[in-house]
Amino acid sequence: MTRDEAFFQFLLRMGDNTLILGHRVSEWCGHAPVLEEDIALANTALDLIGQTQMWLGLAGEVQGEGKSADDLAFLRDAWDFRNVLLVEMPNGDFGRTLMRQFLFDAWHSIMLTRLRDSKDARVAAIAEKAGKEVTYHLERSGDTVIGLGDGTDESHARMQEALDYLWPYVGEMFEGDAVDAEMAEAGIAPDPSGLRADYDALVGRVLAKATLTIPDSRFAHKGGRNGRMHTEHLGHLLTQMQWLQRAYPGATW
Amino acid sequence: MYAQMIKSEATKDDPEKLVAFQARIDADEKIEPKDWMPEGYRKTLIRQIGQHAHSEIVGQLPEGNWITRAPTLERKAILLAKVQDEAGHGLYLYCAAETLGVSRDELTEMLLDGRMKYSSIFNYPTLNWADIGAVGWLVDGAAIMNQVPLQRTSFGPYSRAMIRICKEESFHQRQGYDAIRKMAEGTPEQKKMAQDALNRFWYPSLMMFGPSDKDSVHSEQSMAWKIKINTNDELRQKFVDQTVPQAEYLGLTIPDPDLKWNEESGHYDFSEPDWSEFFDVIKGNGPCNVDRLAARNKAWDDGKWVRDGLLAHAQKRKAAKVAAE
Ligand SMILES: [Fe+2]
Ligand SMILES: [Fe+2]
Ligand SMILES: [Fe+2]
Repeated sequence: MTRDEAFFQFLLRMGDNTLILGHRVSEWCGHAPVLEEDIALANTALDLIGQTQMWLGLAGEVQGEGKSADDLAFLRDAWDFRNVLLVEMPNGDFGRTLMRQFLFDAWHSIMLTRLRDSKDARVAAIAEKAGKEVTYHLERSGDTVIGLGDGTDESHARMQEALDYLWPYVGEMFEGDAVDAEMAEAGIAPDPSGLRADYDALVGRVLAKATLTIPDSRFAHKGGRNGRMHTEHLGHLLTQMQWLQRAYPGATW
Repeated sequence: MYAQMIKSEATKDDPEKLVAFQARIDADEKIEPKDWMPEGYRKTLIRQIGQHAHSEIVGQLPEGNWITRAPTLERKAILLAKVQDEAGHGLYLYCAAETLGVSRDELTEMLLDGRMKYSSIFNYPTLNWADIGAVGWLVDGAAIMNQVPLQRTSFGPYSRAMIRICKEESFHQRQGYDAIRKMAEGTPEQKKMAQDALNRFWYPSLMMFGPSDKDSVHSEQSMAWKIKINTNDELRQKFVDQTVPQAEYLGLTIPDPDLKWNEESGHYDFSEPDWSEFFDVIKGNGPCNVDRLAARNKAWDDGKWVRDGLLAHAQKRKAAKVAAE
């Protein structure tokens, strides 16, 4: 694997995470529990789609086959997606959606902070811009997880259930492989395992305030970030997202 | 008719105060929430602002219907930004209505159980991607036509909300026109989608201005109060005059064989929409009424535990703060 091949994979991982999560969050549009949440969820989705344009735009550049961010988003099949499984999990209730958001935001904010020091100026610039947005996402999702965890008996139970359901998808975010080793060596991106301590501290703090219990197990479902095995959910998501581009190839929109 | 209506709506109000109130309106003064106002004025405004707020909220649904299927990342981002704006408009308007002594939750309950209405346009489905263009171009276009004059409305909070909203609406219309233009200039299939969208949205857009003023019960009083600035027919004509050249530029055909330029009047002559359809939709028989209200009810009911949970947490924190003091 050349450095550019690894770089391309890394950029897909970043961009596919934001693309798929942005899609999931946008599914809430018009259906949130309260108007402020409709606005906040749309805003989060919008930020994530904007970040996708930057990551996948750069991915196309690095790949050097003349592909645009749109080509990469709309014309790859499931096995070519490199997002972690966590972000493709269905929304479930609002609690599960916000727990997924928080577990991702916590990783995302730490990752973007590290990426500001990337030796690749383009990566550092994207991380700088995205980092500001994600700081706000994390604040919001963290506060909501605390509010609902420490709310009523029902909201507490639902948040604990969400955490139990999603926790096995956390570990994948910290699994390094040859791509990551190559990126670390080049000084482009940190080795993911090095983010875990900060993550555990941050997540531990928030979940304690939320009066929620982190499950004992460190078992991790994997296969998203290397494309070996996505969940069944991703294919359904892509049928929707990619439909127009697939049905009317070559059209401009 | 005019005098008679003022009388019937205002019998409980002190006649001297009424005269003074009307004088303030006539002098283009803004009425603020703490000022005295006739009961009819307050009620009419609550109905009008509330209905407008509900329209922004329900309006998220037909457009939200296409967010997950938007054909490019940029279109997806633009649509998300637009729908987010609409929810924000709902928020400003609920705040304006709240200054009249009705809470957002009360208004929401009235929407959900059918006591209050929202704009009938949102009871029509969005069936192909060009509909998203058509909604921005025609529906936001018609909304702007209605709302620009309302920036000068007599009630201060409503006027200020409209000023903020109108700034964003013109972006909505431009992005819609741009989206449908891309389709009209695109492949034969895309052009077909664009024409199909125009065919379905033309008459419902004309209906957005409401029935002819001669059939509208509230018009005259509302105009005297400057809650309504132009007649429905004036605005509808203005909309047609603005839109026809835009459709021509796109190479799309407005689905009205009788549409033609009238040299004498300096306006387009056009066919009236089918008003029996309009009243059917208002009664609940539009293509999407049941589904739209069901979606809003489900969102509200499913969200109860969230609202309760966040409220309980806020109260715990307040209690803890008080205890610590
Ligand atoms: Fe709006
Ligand atoms: Fe509006
Ligand atoms: Fe709008």
